[in-house]
Amino acid sequence: MGKTLAEKIWQEHVVRAKEGEPDLIYIDLHLIHEVTSPQAFDGLRLSNRKVRRPDLTIATEDHNVPTQNINLPIADPVSKLQVDTLRANCAEFGVRIHSLGDAEQGIVHVVGPQLGLTQPGLTIVCGDSHTSTHGAFGALAFGIGTSEVEHVLATQTLPLQRPKTMAINVNGKLKPGVTSKDIILAIIAKIGTGGGQGYVIEYRGEAIRNLSMEARMTVCNMSIEAGARAGLIAPDETTFAYIKGKPHAPEDFDAAVQYWKTLFTDADAKFDVEVDLNADELEPFVTWGTNPGQGVFLNANVPNPADIADAEERGAAERALVYMGLTAGQPMKSVAIDTVFLGSCTNGRIEDLRAAAEILKGRKISTSLRMLVVPGSARVRLQAEAEGLDKVFIDSGAEWRNAGCSMCLGMNPDQLKPEERSASTSNRNFEGRQGKGGRTHLVSPLVAAATALRGTLSSPADL
Amino acid sequence: MEKFVTHVGTGVPLRRSNVDTDQIIPAVYLKRVTRSGFEDGLFAAWRSDPDFVLNQPEFKNGTILVAGADFGTGSSREHAVWALQNYGFKVVISSRFADIFRGNSQKGGLLTILLSQSEVEDLWVAIEANPALAITVNLEAKTVSYGEQLIAFEIDDYVRWRLMEGLDDIGLTLGNSDSIDAFESKRAAHKPKTLPIRA
Repeated sequence: MGKTLAEKIWQEHVVRAKEGEPDLIYIDLHLIHEVTSPQAFDGLRLSNRKVRRPDLTIATEDHNVPTQNINLPIADPVSKLQVDTLRANCAEFGVRIHSLGDAEQGIVHVVGPQLGLTQPGLTIVCGDSHTSTHGAFGALAFGIGTSEVEHVLATQTLPLQRPKTMAINVNGKLKPGVTSKDIILAIIAKIGTGGGQGYVIEYRGEAIRNLSMEARMTVCNMSIEAGARAGLIAPDETTFAYIKGKPHAPEDFDAAVQYWKTLFTDADAKFDVEVDLNADELEPFVTWGTNPGQGVFLNANVPNPADIADAEERGAAERALVYMGLTAGQPMKSVAIDTVFLGSCTNGRIEDLRAAAEILKGRKISTSLRMLVVPGSARVRLQAEAEGLDKVFIDSGAEWRNAGCSMCLGMNPDQLKPEERSASTSNRNFEGRQGKGGRTHLVSPLVAAATALRGTLSSPADL
Repeated sequence: MEKFVTHVGTGVPLRRSNVDTDQIIPAVYLKRVTRSGFEDGLFAAWRSDPDFVLNQPEFKNGTILVAGADFGTGSSREHAVWALQNYGFKVVISSRFADIFRGNSQKGGLLTILLSQSEVEDLWVAIEANPALAITVNLEAKTVSYGEQLIAFEIDDYVRWRLMEGLDDIGLTLGNSDSIDAFESKRAAHKPKTLPIRA
């Protein structure tokens, strides 16, 4: 029987396999940021260990960093300490770092691909659950905890249980105005936040093949919101073209492509589970609740918990409506927004900024809200400025910020106030995620831009 | 890591599903560079509600958290495990755990036990009826017991052995350094390197 793509990559990375023990898997690329690494470096020091492969390791500053006045010292002393600690650790252990102010600084999952370090067939880890993003290149990429970060630093390997495999087939074609963000939100609503637990998801089908590289990253990014540690897409010409010319693209590109072309799921391979979704039926999607599975079409109404059969889910929906300050049956499009956030590792790349700018061009955002535009990396910011997108955003009334995770998780000063409501292109609508008491609706960049113009949740078709 | 063989304690019924990592410990509490002191951030938003279960005096000293399905969804922050441990929890019971959270808990010696949803609900009822109820978790026998009840649970044998011995993964892996050396000597030349820096 043939193998799935995930199984092929897994098998190529087994350092040691022993009955009754997890496989020891080699890690090709380790990405590091300031939040989940300090205790790992401390552990190395305590045990007098070094970083085994600094040349497979790279660090950047993203979670804590301010997006304004980045030339000044970080105002929050605790954030500053965490960033300073990363810088000191990288200096001590010989790890490459891109700090605030550097053109390659940015969200770790935007930086890897833009440097050409993210490539098909690799195993990639980072102390961040959205590491699944890199799966868009046909890499096996997943988030790890700090103990595992230390383990990879010390050994360049991880002991791992072999995951099960799930195929999600997205057939058909997307309608105009429907994006890869809507695909993944629809998938999560369908299979639930626990649906992917224990699986690596492979996204397949015509609608996936037709996506750009950056749109594919959006899909794989939110695999974790469906419960799957990793999501991947087989590499193809779109992938190869994206990597070509990037700083760390293989020097012998043709040899690499030869290998990359072997990275697909065999025709006779069997997935543990298969799920089908029809792209033709999709519309712009939006979340109404406090977990990413609580979403509906933007044209729909806020669901009535009384209609939910499962008692547990019903209770969760009731609590979510109270937290979100919504009423069952209310049209989603009637919901007024206070803040629009365009950015994050989900939707903070150049194509996302272009798509939003296209809608905002020559128009003004509603006076009832603010809009933050936070590029995923300093490089994305420079590219956007070269294309004049910064002017489009500023002229429309939006704020043009520096790169980082920003309001996606509100670890820096970019936070919602209690009961403040956002339309956010990020990935999590958990209670308090964007600031204590804040209310988050997850949307695509197109819906974010249209919402900014109208003041209520909207799609470009409403303009 | 401390060895875990058995634990006897009282329970805390957390009747919520999808308890995500931003609820367990919000991002603003993740800024420490140590492994301790995270108890102040544990369920920080919910603890400001006087009705929250941990604010009830009878549950204050519980060491076994019994939660709804999909516990620990969201981020990879191991701080979620540390916050629970720093607060005093030794065991978390749920009918479903997020993968990364469960992996992290097993690295740090916080025992996460999978029971069926009906077993979780029975446990909630029993704890609420008698908050002082003694619950015994026996990792060696793979059982949870209280009153007349004895429930068996499944756990991977290797994970169980590591927890019971309190073994450090890195030490175990470094025992196989030869295999890592051998693997590295055969890695393909086209695989990327972060150093030297290319622009």
